[in-house]
Amino acid sequence: MATKLVRPIKLPVKLQGLIDNHLKPAWEKVDKEKASTWLLLSPYIFLFTAFIVIPVLVAMFLSFTYFNVIEAPRISDLYGLYNYIMILTQDEVFLRYVLPNTLQYALITGPGGYALSFLMAWMLSQIQAGPRKFVALALYTPSMLGGVFIGVIWRTLFSGDKSGYVNSIFLDLGLINTPIDFLQSGNYLMDIMIFVTLWSSMGIGFLSMLAGILNINREMYEAAYIDGIKNRMQEIFYITIPSMKPQMLFGAVMAIVGAFNAGGIGVALAGSNPTPQYSGQLIVNHIDDYGFIRYEMGYAAALSVILLLIILLFSRVAYRLFGERD
Amino acid sequence: MASFLGTQINPKSFHRSQFKFYALLVPLSIFMILPVIYVVSQAFKPLSELFLFPPRFFVENPTLENFARLFRTASGTGVPMTRYLFNSIIITTLTIFLTILITLMTGYALSKKRFKAKKALFSINQTALMFVATAVAIPRYIVVTGLGLSNNFFAHIIPYLAMPVGLFLVKQFIDQVPDELIEAAKIDGANDWHILTKIVGPLVKPALATVAILSFQFIWNSTESSAIYIIDETKKTFAFYMATLTSSTAGPAGVGISAAAGLVMFLPNLIIFVVMQSNVMDTMSHSGIK
Repeated sequence: MATKLVRPIKLPVKLQGLIDNHLKPAWEKVDKEKASTWLLLSPYIFLFTAFIVIPVLVAMFLSFTYFNVIEAPRISDLYGLYNYIMILTQDEVFLRYVLPNTLQYALITGPGGYALSFLMAWMLSQIQAGPRKFVALALYTPSMLGGVFIGVIWRTLFSGDKSGYVNSIFLDLGLINTPIDFLQSGNYLMDIMIFVTLWSSMGIGFLSMLAGILNINREMYEAAYIDGIKNRMQEIFYITIPSMKPQMLFGAVMAIVGAFNAGGIGVALAGSNPTPQYSGQLIVNHIDDYGFIRYEMGYAAALSVILLLIILLFSRVAYRLFGERD
Repeated sequence: MASFLGTQINPKSFHRSQFKFYALLVPLSIFMILPVIYVVSQAFKPLSELFLFPPRFFVENPTLENFARLFRTASGTGVPMTRYLFNSIIITTLTIFLTILITLMTGYALSKKRFKAKKALFSINQTALMFVATAVAIPRYIVVTGLGLSNNFFAHIIPYLAMPVGLFLVKQFIDQVPDELIEAAKIDGANDWHILTKIVGPLVKPALATVAILSFQFIWNSTESSAIYIIDETKKTFAFYMATLTSSTAGPAGVGISAAAGLVMFLPNLIIFVVMQSNVMDTMSHSGIK
């Protein structure tokens, strides 16, 4: 039965008139192409603004205020710079532990993880595609475990009693007589954090670099050897890296972000915020401590702004190194 | 030419010069994967083996006891574990679907449309690649509350839909689609929606698969939204449940359960990545920033 199921709706005369006389001409005037473009863009722009741009702006604003969540934020004393002055002059924990810890952690895991990723990617590109898949998967696996599971793994391995695997190996080898409390004593936490972060640093930046190396035209190498390149070192610095600068930069940005994002690892390992004797305290944990434990949001916001500035600074360096100058 | 033969990138066959790379890479990859294997084997250990001293690396009498306990365990407030798992599955599915849709739409517009703010938008997005969400957790919390999303199921989803890395990758990939293809479709009367779903979408599948993986890895493992935005225990996620589980159940018995929970969390990650690996590598070759 091919009867028409949808019949045109009969609108009241007045409404039909309104549509014909006003809406239709107005609709015709709209640039469809433009409207469509902005329709495509609008969800992302809205979400991006709401959850990335505005939070950054709000953080900047709150950093100049005193805000305890219950009362409305008010501009603090000393023309609003109070929080910053406090951070830089009065916050002993920040200056003695958090800032040095963060710099040490970021400087080792950022460039370290990055160099490691490149080295691994480069070595992987030298072997056959079949085995490469498996090795790449093994190297990538730690980075997809997620903070919680990483915490479980390493807390089990570095468990402070003698049933902890690392302790039992050390006891077995006679290196130690009593089990070491790796995660709670504060002496080893930072080293373990750095180790674990490096272990899990071969993530998307690593994949990007691997793809970049594999994509380099083989003739480039042939030409280079004809032109007198002698060894692998020269090959890496004159051919490989320059030919994959875009991927190197992407990898660098991902390494920086990863290094600062993985800040929760110390708390995940030690199981408490603050970490024992502040040994694994990073800015991210310090922000959590002030923001969600002490509810000093203004102060926490000022710390966030400092963190964002540090990240920006690091990224600028990366762009300087690998960015293409026009 | 002898020296050149040994330096081949992406070699087709085995050559003895590759031996040194295998000698380094194979032990290293085993070392990388060992901790994971250890915890996986923990998950199958019966209680007696978890207490064993000295601890054994591999399980001897594998049992599903830990998994059974995990599924029976309820949190302090009496919410069963399966509820958290259910929440996580719904949240992850919705987030991945919406993220793909939004990144595809935006990536297409940024790559193929002509409008004034195009360059500016893309460079803003590129700056946002460095965005570290944890740094602005507090203002984000304020925005989420302001939008009335706090303690709402969608607080798990909406804040995480804008994904600068994803948009970046998809846009770079769409740049490879020839303009003529889209022009031809337009002449045939296709509108933007048709072009997206029938032409661009299928062509950039690898990039979309990559976005799906990244978004999955993030949202499936994320505890932030449950910890900060959500009050009701029944609306929280599996990752969050696992985080509380591992910090509240100490000792070897807890280790068994958390290892089992960890395995439940990790398996989907692994499977999805292995299935889509070639797509990811395809996308990554276009991932460069200039």
